[in-house]
Amino acid sequence: MGLFNKKNKGADGNTSKSAALKVSVSNEGAEYTFTVEGRLDTNTSPELEAKINEVIGNATKLIIDLGNLEYISSAGLRVLLGATQVMEGKGEMVVRNVTEAVREVFDLTGFNNVFRIE
Amino acid sequence: MKELKVKADTENLLEVQSFIEEQLEEYDCPMLTQTSIGIAVEELFVNICHYAYAPATGDAVIRVGMHEDPLSVEISFIDSGIPYNPLEKPDPDTTLPAKQRQIGGLGIFMVKKSMDSMTYEYKDGKNILTIGKNLK
Repeated sequence: MGLFNKKNKGADGNTSKSAALKVSVSNEGAEYTFTVEGRLDTNTSPELEAKINEVIGNATKLIIDLGNLEYISSAGLRVLLGATQVMEGKGEMVVRNVTEAVREVFDLTGFNNVFRIE
Repeated sequence: MKELKVKADTENLLEVQSFIEEQLEEYDCPMLTQTSIGIAVEELFVNICHYAYAPATGDAVIRVGMHEDPLSVEISFIDSGIPYNPLEKPDPDTTLPAKQRQIGGLGIFMVKKSMDSMTYEYKDGKNILTIGKNLK
């Protein structure tokens, strides 16, 4: 199944720290949608954080689509919590399409009550 | 019992997780269980990377063994860094609203909640943290 498989290589054939995370961003005005796929771990979470930080100053709504996120550790929760805290004062953030594995982590940590989950 | 010794650096995270996954491969371990073991492995290994030897570096040893009846995995994380028992850390308040939530201590809390056992001992100058998880 290879969830943690080192052989998970980037397009260039090298094992990359971020090879297991894919983030795409789209927007309609000040509403930004982040589609997050793969793994949010200690090594990959900074990439999502950087992409959110690029736009969060202008955003009134963040939609975080986790439909293909199979793994999240406390490092990933930290990034999502930080974004939620910033958006709380100036707009909203919603988390969408949570997979069973990620839902389990949210339930375990009480983050199911922190995020607005659709 | 199998053992892996790596430098306690987060760049070795996937190597450590793959090592554990390989040991579980021949057992019919449910995907969600495997994911929660993987997360626990990350939290404990990364704690060693960040804190055990800071600001210097050192090694982490990961030992994995299987038990039958009930079928379970036991994983030990061993470092020679500063003595630290993460089980003494108070649990974070998981009922607080977003604004008051903090992330400190959350990793260890996740391990405590998701594993079936978690023990710590300091022996011969080493921190030994051991987790156990039933596979069925």
